Amino acid sequence: MLLVPCPHCGPRNAADLRYLGETTVRPDPSSADPDAWRSYLYLRDNPAGWLTETWYCRSGCRRYFTLERHTVTNEFRQSPLPFAKGERS
Amino acid sequence: MSRRLPPRAGEVIDRNEPVRFTWNGAEVTGYRRDTIVSALAGAGERIFSRSMKYHRPRGILTADYWDPNCRLQVGDEPNVRAAHRLVDHGMAVSAQNAWPSLDFDVRAANNAVSRFLTAGFYYKTFMKPARLWPAYERVLATFAPGGTVDLDTPHGYYDKRYAHPDVVVAGGGPAGLAAALAAADTGARVMLVEHDHRLGGHLLIGGGGDRAAAAELVSAVTDHPAIEVLLDSTVTGRYDDNWTAIVQRSHPVAVERLIKARAKVLVVAPGLIERPYVFGGNDRPGVMLSGAARRLIELYSIKPGDRAVVLSGNTSGDAAVRSLESAGVQVVRVVDARIGETVVATHGSPKRVEAVELADGTTVDADLLVTAIGWTAPTSLLNMAGDRPVYDEAAARFVPGGRLPDTVLATGGLVGDGSLDELVAHGRATGELAARRAAIVKATLQAATARARPPSEPIPEPPADDRPVLHPAPHPPLFRSASHGIVDYSEDVNSKDLVAAAAEGYDSVELIKRFTTSTMGPEQGKLETVNTVAVLAEARGESIGEVGTTVWRPPFAPITLGALGGRVFEPTRVSSIHAWHEANGMTPILAGQWIRPEHYGDPAAEVLNVRTNVGIIDVTPLGKLDLRGADVPRLLNLLYTNKWMQLPVGGVRYGVMCAEDGVVMDDGVTGRLGDDRYLMTTTSSGEGTVWEWAENWLQTLHPEWDVVITPVTTAFTSINVAGPRSRELLGRLTDVDLSPDAFGYMNVRLGSVAGVDGSIMWRIGFTGELSYELHVPAGHGLTVWEALLDRGADLGVAPFGLEAQRIMRLEKGHFIVGQDTDGLTRMPSTGLEALIRLDKDDFAGKPELAWALDGGDADGAVGPAVPRIVAIQPTDPNLVPAEACQVVRAGTNEIVGRITSSRFSPTLERSICLGQVLPEATAAGTVLTVVLTDGTRTTATVMAHHAHFDPEGARLRV
Repeated sequence: MLLVPCPHCGPRNAADLRYLGETTVRPDPSSADPDAWRSYLYLRDNPAGWLTETWYCRSGCRRYFTLERHTVTNEFRQSPLPFAKGERS
Repeated sequence: MSRRLPPRAGEVIDRNEPVRFTWNGAEVTGYRRDTIVSALAGAGERIFSRSMKYHRPRGILTADYWDPNCRLQVGDEPNVRAAHRLVDHGMAVSAQNAWPSLDFDVRAANNAVSRFLTAGFYYKTFMKPARLWPAYERVLATFAPGGTVDLDTPHGYYDKRYAHPDVVVAGGGPAGLAAALAAADTGARVMLVEHDHRLGGHLLIGGGGDRAAAAELVSAVTDHPAIEVLLDSTVTGRYDDNWTAIVQRSHPVAVERLIKARAKVLVVAPGLIERPYVFGGNDRPGVMLSGAARRLIELYSIKPGDRAVVLSGNTSGDAAVRSLESAGVQVVRVVDARIGETVVATHGSPKRVEAVELADGTTVDADLLVTAIGWTAPTSLLNMAGDRPVYDEAAARFVPGGRLPDTVLATGGLVGDGSLDELVAHGRATGELAARRAAIVKATLQAATARARPPSEPIPEPPADDRPVLHPAPHPPLFRSASHGIVDYSEDVNSKDLVAAAAEGYDSVELIKRFTTSTMGPEQGKLETVNTVAVLAEARGESIGEVGTTVWRPPFAPITLGALGGRVFEPTRVSSIHAWHEANGMTPILAGQWIRPEHYGDPAAEVLNVRTNVGIIDVTPLGKLDLRGADVPRLLNLLYTNKWMQLPVGGVRYGVMCAEDGVVMDDGVTGRLGDDRYLMTTTSSGEGTVWEWAENWLQTLHPEWDVVITPVTTAFTSINVAGPRSRELLGRLTDVDLSPDAFGYMNVRLGSVAGVDGSIMWRIGFTGELSYELHVPAGHGLTVWEALLDRGADLGVAPFGLEAQRIMRLEKGHFIVGQDTDGLTRMPSTGLEALIRLDKDDFAGKPELAWALDGGDADGAVGPAVPRIVAIQPTDPNLVPAEACQVVRAGTNEIVGRITSSRFSPTLERSICLGQVLPEATAAGTVLTVVLTDGTRTTATVMAHHAHFDPEGARLRV
């Protein structure tokens, strides 16, 4: 099981957190066309490499945060910002 | 005839404690610390099983955990590894896969037609016609090997443990012992895991010098306060960040315990596994590996035969010769593979070796053939850390590839060969390196938790890996002789099968494995992988290195389902009234984590009492979230599809939450208790999901909003008082003005109930009756419950359970999220379009709901027809179609919908349903065809309103 570096609680078992997957940007709901909205709902880049993703520390600090993870090596690094404007889990 | 030798130095059995058990019904006596198989062998037994396909008699091959011929039934436990499991008083041991008896098995007839039972026989023969497959399957299932599962077996106690050692050492041979000692001496807390029942590894079957060395190492390890020794335990897997799974079979109380250990460094020291030799008659009882012969003699003092031929390609073969001679076995011939000699076949009856045919043409009379032809390095745990083994031609074995993370180290025979001193030196150096690296991991983890405790010392520098090198020793390449024989004993795969499979085109190692099932039996390749690769390489005319090997995945050794299931940590939850329910005849039902009263004997009577008098129900599991802050209305506006900005203090509103794809996620009522204070209710057991969902919006999209959410489900006991006389009952217990003008439908009031201050009451109506839902501080829940019963006796008050509530909500046509909706049900399908307010700026799922209401996408494309929830009444009022029955187009099997809820309504005295049907069938009066579970069909009518009862809601608003 991965050790996930929660920025507040430190390294925790992945089972202590909820994984929400690739961090997405929510389109403006009043102007988004179906393609843009469904891309936000369903389409992910799934890179073999660094990926910004959202985690929720459900058994610890109960904070949502983003981390960068290398999907090949499972190496983590802190992402520069917790959430950019408009970013959604 | 007893095969037990006089007492020997080094034997592990306790001759002062005889152990009596039964073998196929007959009484057998062994000694304490005998394995089942050693006890039976001591009593003269030579045959322990019949092979899987051909039902050939099989004897001891390895005499350890991996022995493929010694899986037995012990009591109600099938497939026990009887060459590993220790005997105990009163055990009932029997053979598996043999009928009518081990001695005479009628299915050995398969052996006579074995040339037709080649690889893929079943695949090819029973393919056609497909309609006969069920018949084939019934017959073939009786041919499946394995013991008997008793479905009435009581559940054993299995446990789990979480551990955080600095260093886990897998393997307690000389290198593992030395590694554990050195790591502990360097300051690490060590967990030493040994697969067998005792530490020492191969030293225990060596000479007196080896045993003395083992004793010295073992006592140093067991005396060390920083080393925890787990015997009869296996490291079955290594996962990300050194999460290791350890199955402990030696726990004093639990049958087995699964230990999940986060090892800072893992030291892998499993030694080597001896490999069988492929030749004609290599599975005839009397053929065994050198390790087996040595274990039988040195550990259990058993004479494995009378006249032995030893095929020796290494020092273990030479040691076997010494052991055999010391046990009084006549070694009639040593066949030295190092000078090119070898064995071609055994001859004799199916049950006994009588002669051994050598490559030089001679045949030697013997009843025992011992082979020592090489080793398999069990690299499994290294593979799980990313390493891939490479073939060492000179040593004739696969060795670790050297691609390991810093936190995984290998030592001992797995890495290379050496004298005892060299193995111990390598183990020591590895243990010390492991401890130093573990210190770095520890410091790094602590530094990453800096908010809790600032690191006091700097992270140490990485130590150099200056361990001595262990080289694999040269070994003659011995895989298959000039004849064909068994490669996989468990799966009964012959080398001929592999050659034939390769000729048919299954000539990659991964394909041939799946086609022939070689390596796929319970040994999972420990004995047979390399031989499979070697036979394939020969068939392809390539080298073993070119063919390569399969990847060993977890588990290293099989894990029982009991160990995996283990102790369940899922909590069960009960309300503060639970004891009362139990004392008053509740039939319990598990709803999520909650134990709730389903009813108190007669749910129909409970319904009628609510409809005519007044009933009370414990609805504590209803999810409750306390919301505070100036921006709560904005949050509600975002989560629910309807509008919340104008909700007055004292008002309650119903809302539906949708996910961003428009699918219904949760529903409930939220009330405004004060200027900045709200109470939200969610579906029962839905609190956690809604809370995380709400936090997600607050933390990621609107961190600027002033809202604090606190889950208060268990802070309150929730009681619904429902029925035409509920106002009168509650009025006797509260000072709040309950008159319709002062406290109307969909309102909330704060006050005292039965003397309990701080109670929340709101007027809502899930049951369709005048009703008040009370949320009282949990510590006083029982007080209020009993007060309601006490003060309402003359009003006919009675408790009702979940079933009565479900009937009444169905009578009222209220859908339940997850029951009448599923993961595809968008909100317009629920009939609550009026609650979707597209004139709001934003809310979860808004675009999808807008397009769904449009009947298609924004670009005008019309999507597939989506079903809608409708109320349905069967034509036969006494027929209640089961939930999930399909609705079909009349006269066809085309599905147009399904029944989602169904009950017999005591109020209406007829069956009632909710269902989802396609738009073509939603009009009131449509007659539907419903397919019942027995396949018969019936008809039902679509109703005009969701509510079967009181569609105007007059009873709610009194």
